[in-house]
Amino acid sequence: MADTAVFHPGRRRNLLQLTAFIGLHAIVIIGALLMFFPFLWTIITSITPGASLTTTPALIPENPTLDAYFRLFEERPFGRVILNSILLAGITTVVQLVTSSTAGYAFSRLPFRGQTVVFAVYLATMMIPLQVLIVPLFVELKTFGLLNTYLGALLPTFASAFGIFLLRQAINQVPRELDEAATIDGAGHFRIFFSVVLPNIRPALATLVVFAFMGSWNSFLWPLVVLRSPELQTLPIALAGLQGQYISNWDVIMAGSVVSVIPMLALYIFAQKYVIQGVASSGIK
Amino acid sequence: MSLSSAQTSLLDKAPQFRHTPPVRDSASRSRKIKYALTVLAFLLPSAIPLALFTLGPMVAAAWISLTKWNLLVPPQFVGFDNYSKLLSNPKTGEVFLHTVYYIAGYLPLVYVGGLVLALALNTALKGRSFLRGIYFLPVVTSWIVVALVWRWLLNPSTGIVNTVLSFFGVEGPGWWTDPAWAMPSIILASAWKDLGFVMVILLAGLQAISPELYDAAKVDGAGWWRRTISVTLPLLSPSTFFVLVISLINGFQVFDQVYAMTGGGPAGASQVVVQQIYDLTFRYGRAGEASALSWMLFIVVLAVTVIQIRGQKRWVNYG
Repeated sequence: MADTAVFHPGRRRNLLQLTAFIGLHAIVIIGALLMFFPFLWTIITSITPGASLTTTPALIPENPTLDAYFRLFEERPFGRVILNSILLAGITTVVQLVTSSTAGYAFSRLPFRGQTVVFAVYLATMMIPLQVLIVPLFVELKTFGLLNTYLGALLPTFASAFGIFLLRQAINQVPRELDEAATIDGAGHFRIFFSVVLPNIRPALATLVVFAFMGSWNSFLWPLVVLRSPELQTLPIALAGLQGQYISNWDVIMAGSVVSVIPMLALYIFAQKYVIQGVASSGIK
Repeated sequence: MSLSSAQTSLLDKAPQFRHTPPVRDSASRSRKIKYALTVLAFLLPSAIPLALFTLGPMVAAAWISLTKWNLLVPPQFVGFDNYSKLLSNPKTGEVFLHTVYYIAGYLPLVYVGGLVLALALNTALKGRSFLRGIYFLPVVTSWIVVALVWRWLLNPSTGIVNTVLSFFGVEGPGWWTDPAWAMPSIILASAWKDLGFVMVILLAGLQAISPELYDAAKVDGAGWWRRTISVTLPLLSPSTFFVLVISLINGFQVFDQVYAMTGGGPAGASQVVVQQIYDLTFRYGRAGEASALSWMLFIVVLAVTVIQIRGQKRWVNYG
């Protein structure tokens, strides 16, 4: 399928193919410019000294400077903040990989009475807004004595119906003949899970890594409520703090925004490579 | 071990030689127990945190919805008062209507856009990894920044969009400053931001489709369009189902973009359900009413999702 839009010279309907080829590229590239523009604007604002949003920034600022980035790290414990965010997002991602893949396997491969109802209950956990859960959750973690701890921030993120649903869909697409072949070889569910199912859902696992990490990386409300000490702060909260502090200095705020986007983008590009590679090396599909 | 079983199956061609124990009650029961334990082993790692940190608070919210509580003094039981109050308040219908309006505009836009993008970026385009990265940028950018940029783009007098429109002789609308155009502005910005999300899910789904199927279709003389309609789309249906269910669940809980772009205005024209829940809790100190409203929202979302799950047998194709 990788070559569906490749232009094959010397074939019939050449002109039609050429038009489709050019049209496709044009749409994708113009679209990409539209997508990239706000980020470009963020970068330009971050290197324009004393930028305000009342005036449109010049495409090439007069005295571009990285000053805003230095101020970010001088005036706020931004290094620590980034480490906190990486730690929380990393743990959340690893734990969600375990909880989502096991539950996804159970919903796809282990029929039991009431399975549909249990699955609906899992999905239901996504259907009530966090804004209303936050009060009871706060009271609960206060009773456990987990306020202002990493564990308190982490526990509610350990299982996500989103990830479970994502992996269940992926496992449903793994041909059942592969399980049957393994069963004949004497494999039980645990071995099928590890050596048949997991290697075959690598694209979905890589996708989950991106979304689990991003969910934690961008989460605002719960860390804000549970992590009160400044040294435990995560990126979105520090950025919101910047906005209160530098009401007119948008260069610092935008620098903070650039710093928060780069790691996620890097992770995504890394994961994308893994998606493609994963399929190429799994062989059985 | 697997070698010896392979040898026996090679030696014994007759099927009855395969050792199958006679079904006895105790044996079948122990097998049942073993199976139940396997199911539990796979489910408990997710069930425990979900029960403790989501279902528990949900039940607590249901209890709170039956009380009058300002978060400061102990809650006071009032039965279904909050629900009847909400049902008789015209504001409730309004915020639900705005939410549905948002979904009706957002969902088709983001799905079709994401699908076209995924199909295009799944082809042998030069620099497609780079392009995928660019399309993913808005997904990872915070709503605060996105809203700033979009308010600027859609500024009725100085924004780029209206400038371009006037170049073609079209007088652009007031966008987020106009009650009639506030929601379309939010829809546009949201679809733009989430396009990359849909793209990523569908791209992963496309990767799972076996290339042999395309080769077979090509041998049969199917062109690109034909292959897309009769190979790609049916095999992509599990991912499509996922995107639709998740987008609806999230769409009903739309909040961040409304808060950042219009604050629900102008004149409450873009106020949505979760914003009302947020205001009731944190601005007016009416936590009981807020919980009741979120349980009403929950019932609606659950009903829509159950309908989707019921309907999936008709069109979702699992290998």
